[in-house]
Amino acid sequence: MKNGLKILLGVSVVALAAPAASAATLDDVKAKGFVQCGVNTGLAGFASPNDKGEWSGFDVDYCKALSAAIFGDATKVKYTPTTAKERFTALQSGEVDVLIRNTTWTISRDTALGFNFTGVNYYDGQGFMINAKKLQGINSALQLSGASVCVQTGTTTELNLADYFKANKMEYNPVVFEKLEEVNAAYDSGRCDVYTTDQSGLYAIRLTLSAPDDHVVLPEIISKEPLGPAVRQGDDQWFDVVKWVHYALLTTEELGITQANVEEMKNSDNPEIKRVLGMEADTKLGTDLGLGNDWVVNIVKGVGNYGEIFERNIGASSPLKIARGINAQWSKGGLQYAPPIR
Amino acid sequence: MASQETIRHVEPAKASFINDPKVRGIITQVVAVVALTLFVWWIVDNTIENLRRANIASGFGFLNGRAGFDVGQNLIQYSSDSTFSRALLVGLLNTLLVAVTGIITASIIGFLIGIGRLSNNWLIRKLATVYVEVFRNIPPLLVIFFLYLGVLSVLPLPRDSISLLDTVFLNSRGFYFPRFLWGDGSWLILAGLIIGIVIAFFVYRWARARQMQTGQQFPVLWTSLALIIGLPLLAFFIRGMPLTLEYPQLSTFNLNGGFQIKPEFIALYLALSVYTASFIAEIVRAGILGVARGQTEAANSLGLRSGPTLRLVVIPQALRIIIPPLTSQYLNLTKNSSLAVAIGYADLVAIGGTILNQTGQSIEIVAIWMVVYLSISLATSAFMNWFNAKMALVER
Repeated sequence: MKNGLKILLGVSVVALAAPAASAATLDDVKAKGFVQCGVNTGLAGFASPNDKGEWSGFDVDYCKALSAAIFGDATKVKYTPTTAKERFTALQSGEVDVLIRNTTWTISRDTALGFNFTGVNYYDGQGFMINAKKLQGINSALQLSGASVCVQTGTTTELNLADYFKANKMEYNPVVFEKLEEVNAAYDSGRCDVYTTDQSGLYAIRLTLSAPDDHVVLPEIISKEPLGPAVRQGDDQWFDVVKWVHYALLTTEELGITQANVEEMKNSDNPEIKRVLGMEADTKLGTDLGLGNDWVVNIVKGVGNYGEIFERNIGASSPLKIARGINAQWSKGGLQYAPPIR
Repeated sequence: MASQETIRHVEPAKASFINDPKVRGIITQVVAVVALTLFVWWIVDNTIENLRRANIASGFGFLNGRAGFDVGQNLIQYSSDSTFSRALLVGLLNTLLVAVTGIITASIIGFLIGIGRLSNNWLIRKLATVYVEVFRNIPPLLVIFFLYLGVLSVLPLPRDSISLLDTVFLNSRGFYFPRFLWGDGSWLILAGLIIGIVIAFFVYRWARARQMQTGQQFPVLWTSLALIIGLPLLAFFIRGMPLTLEYPQLSTFNLNGGFQIKPEFIALYLALSVYTASFIAEIVRAGILGVARGQTEAANSLGLRSGPTLRLVVIPQALRIIIPPLTSQYLNLTKNSSLAVAIGYADLVAIGGTILNQTGQSIEIVAIWMVVYLSISLATSAFMNWFNAKMALVER
């Protein structure tokens, strides 16, 4: 009994005196050898597994870009599919290193939840989708009073929906589910008249319905949904890494560097291109960030630039065929604007 | 020669203080309590420190914040302007509603199936066995999904509702029937109903006492029915028929008006009842088989047929065996109702999950869940223990 007491006291003292673990996620990731990325459970165009279990999508390509920047290899990623409800707990608890899951940047997520958003990789807005074949004559969201609306729980979608209907003095019946698959199934079976989520999601989900051509996305956009990656607070270096991977993708598109021509661009005489690709003599831009100096070259070799990622997953070469719209570069009239890499 | 040895009276050797069993017991208990307190304090301190370091908000103040979301099923007044605590209350009432109605239905079905398994009729016995074996071996979530998706896919859209005389409607959005609109003076009808129930209760007690003394039976059932239905009806006519019916009407999207039961509730209620009934059936069967065979034989030899034998002799004794495991099944049903989130029924877990996601305060919400479910479970078991004590055989 005496020995047991000694052991118990010893353990308590050691445990209480243990130093607080430092929040150096970049070092942890390099030691682990892969990035643990939180993604959507299955949203076509953004993050979905194919029948062999390989992940692809817009957000998935961002995870791969991060892995390419850190390790020089775009395949060193492990994906954790998270529902809208569990995504925040997964990031808060340390289960994932970064959450790239079409998450809207809001003030309460920045403050009360303890996150930092590293930029906006997709400017979106919330819209409505109805079955035009069964509900003829409805061509505006203002005609939806009394409808049953399918929505996923724990999202800004749910809150915007309540605010919109209240502001326009309309009634509605919410049908709220936890998982995306359940919402889709309920809408497809006719349980609700209207489906609401971010517009990019509406186009993605429409492809998976039993009769996609019967469904129509209504023209109203009722909210701003700036979607972007999120990391935990208290780790400035990791925050900078994820942020500048996004800006590197934008900058390389601006400069015309693509997956195909990045090797020959390394020999370019343009001083800006040389600097961005780390070919400048005695450059420290990559090492100051905690990565190698060829970090941008690795990103573009791994996944391409922002425009290529967009086209491949949600743009003209994909089934979704979403136009660049406000996600075009600032020089072409859009909102994507990267600070200079210098 | 043996020397006279004085036998000195020797005191038994005094045990050392630390070897005294009582003292050791006290020391061990004190050490255990101190260790437990240290452990709990360490856990709580770690949690608070981690939350502060990660800049995650903590504390229960968030419950006064504006909810911002709407709820599909609410028994009390609620809108998106209400507070989070009111939203949790709505969820709690929804959980209690499905739990209470589920418990009642599961008990009824369970008793019938349990007795059916012991029937002399071969077909009934086999059907009951199949029922029990099927539903006992399927996870409850699958039963819920099957009823929700299966039921929904069969039911038509609102404009093609199945209707009975255009008053009662059934479609994929729910079960609609007319609702009473209470006009002036309709309180008298409610008063009549309450008075009828009270008088019926006293008639029942008086009839039992009279039967104990004189052996004469009194038609209690018919008298009670007459009172419970007749008095409100009388009040209704006296006040000039103040009740009107509001019928469900088809509008652009749904049926408006009338009383609506949502398909989420129907699916969850049916699934929980049917699933738990299979367990209750086995408990009932065990209870009935546990009553000595001699009781049935004695009752039969007195001329009682199998129906009255079961009702008056066997089941009251079987209840002693049935009630303790029955409590566990009732608690299981209450906890299984948290699967509601999978089909969109707004119970406590579903609404708590939404709040958890909007505010990020997972620890507080999980603590609320634990406390609420623990309270419901303790209240249910306390009631069932009282009922068990009441049912216990009083031996002389």
